[in-house]
Amino acid sequence: MTIASSSPPSRLPVGGAEGARTTPRTGRAKAREGGGDGRLAAVFLAPALLGFVVFLLWPTLRGIYLSFTRFNLLTPAEWVGLDNYDRMVHDPIFWDSLRVTVVYVVINIGVQTVSALAIAVLLQRLTQSAVLRGIVLTPYLMSNVVAGIVWLWILDTQLGIGNEVVAGLGFDRIPFLNDETWAIPTIALINVWRHVGYTALLLFAGLQAIPNDMYEAARVDGASEGRMFWRITLPLLRPVLAVVLIMTVIGSFQVFDTVAVTTNGGPANATNVLQFYIYGSAFGRFQFGYASAMSVALLVVLSAITVLQYRITRAGQTDLG
Amino acid sequence: MAAVTATPAKTAPVSVRPLRRRPSVGRIAAWVVMAAIVLVTLLPFYWILRTALSSNTALAAHPGDPLPVDFTTGGFERALGLQSTEEAIAQGGSGGGLKFWRYLINSVVVSTLITVCQIFFSAMAAYAFSRLRWRGRDKMFGLFLAGLMVPTIFTLLPNFVLIKQLGLIDNLLGIALPTMFMTPFAVFFLRQFFMNVPREVEEAALLDGAGKVRIFFRVMLPMASTPILTLGVLTYITSWNDYFWPLMVSYSDSSRVLTVALAIFRAQTPQTGYDWSGLMAATLIAALPMLLLFGVFARRIVSTISFTGVK
Repeated sequence: MTIASSSPPSRLPVGGAEGARTTPRTGRAKAREGGGDGRLAAVFLAPALLGFVVFLLWPTLRGIYLSFTRFNLLTPAEWVGLDNYDRMVHDPIFWDSLRVTVVYVVINIGVQTVSALAIAVLLQRLTQSAVLRGIVLTPYLMSNVVAGIVWLWILDTQLGIGNEVVAGLGFDRIPFLNDETWAIPTIALINVWRHVGYTALLLFAGLQAIPNDMYEAARVDGASEGRMFWRITLPLLRPVLAVVLIMTVIGSFQVFDTVAVTTNGGPANATNVLQFYIYGSAFGRFQFGYASAMSVALLVVLSAITVLQYRITRAGQTDLG
Repeated sequence: MAAVTATPAKTAPVSVRPLRRRPSVGRIAAWVVMAAIVLVTLLPFYWILRTALSSNTALAAHPGDPLPVDFTTGGFERALGLQSTEEAIAQGGSGGGLKFWRYLINSVVVSTLITVCQIFFSAMAAYAFSRLRWRGRDKMFGLFLAGLMVPTIFTLLPNFVLIKQLGLIDNLLGIALPTMFMTPFAVFFLRQFFMNVPREVEEAALLDGAGKVRIFFRVMLPMASTPILTLGVLTYITSWNDYFWPLMVSYSDSSRVLTVALAIFRAQTPQTGYDWSGLMAATLIAALPMLLLFGVFARRIVSTISFTGVK
């Protein structure tokens, strides 16, 4: 999906801080301040605003509030100050699940970004086939649950075709999803399989903005395709790549479904990703306060990543304009 | 970045119309890579089908056979709950009743409700943000954009508490509500397109005596039909595939959607091991509607997925 990058969100969106100020990029003059269609606008905005306030703004504030309480759903939330955060800092399982999540994100994003870039470049420079673009997108139509179950079968130690191939090549069968070392990389790659096509198409859309005569000119100068990639494609794609990276990293940190249907957090907590631990705390042990505190921690991590990536990429922005 | 390297395929000079003469080594290599990508993408789909049409006992005996072994539709019958318990257990199923038709209908209801309402309300908001003039418009839009920064997952726990207080747990409406009115992304995405509708079109309609409401229905929505369709299909796929939120909200068959049912099916493992054939049939049933939906609109979607707003 696309997101706005027209200007940086100055502060975290807590309690309705003003986010990005956007400027219309059409040639139109900015709307005059003042109520031209105030009443009509109120009508048009009403449903979306209701949804925004009730299911986005209010839950965000409430989630932060709940993180300072002890709450089990049955009795009213009880204010306990920083207890949940204190517990979190001293909870080895929390730190371990954070570590597992980071390992997952690094593998998932690393492989996915490189593969998506390769696919996008192939779709741009090798063939302009729309059919191939459609094929590449098909795994994205599956749910994570379906993708997880299918690969659970393909990689099954005894009966999976994946392990038949491994055995056929003369190696020992690999218990991909039942082994502490293999489980997280395997889940990371399953999710690459599902999402890489969509990411590739976003990058492809960015590549389409690069004028073809730049390549033509480079070729007249005798540049090879590889050189063109490093000298033209990559530098010009950088801003788009940065936005896609922010989006995919944020998505990647929220991994849950695939873990739930393949390993259930095991073996021995090896795949106990943060979101899974949060879910277990809330719905397994009814510690909604503690689960909320961990959600806030995740929110802080993701916001920090967004800000950081924005800073880094802004430093080297190229512009086609 | 992880230490993964993929050298971009070196290809010979390619113009928009590739030359018909001897393809270079680089080009052949690039096609081989492309073919490998297509293979890895599509083979799992074939394997789902092949497994779903095999019987469990034969699967264990011939794990590597490329064709369906001991052809049977038993897997589909189990997934759709058409088999008697004894028969299901005899064929390696769990015998746990699954009412897939019910879940299919639930998924359709939830996804349709979310998609239709979300797109329509978001389009209304996008119109107010792009073509109507009112005080505080840009500040309000900034607030909506800030909503993009909140990860969906963060609001799930508090929303669960809210839905519980509203008494909508285990109810299809409870599953649909949080995303039924808007998503910041949908508003942002549609606003981009409305901004690009030329003023002249709007002014011509105004001269004809059309009001702003009429312009929205008669000018804006039709002119943005392709992006609306793309957004609609993507929204449908997203809500169809959602698992975490419905898992929290639904407890019983009455509000269970396909993704949740699948995970339960996977957890119902018989003593003899997984019912792979039934499981693969079930995943196929869950995925097929989306494949068909995409198949119908593929061309328009593939060309519309783009970078609105990335500068």
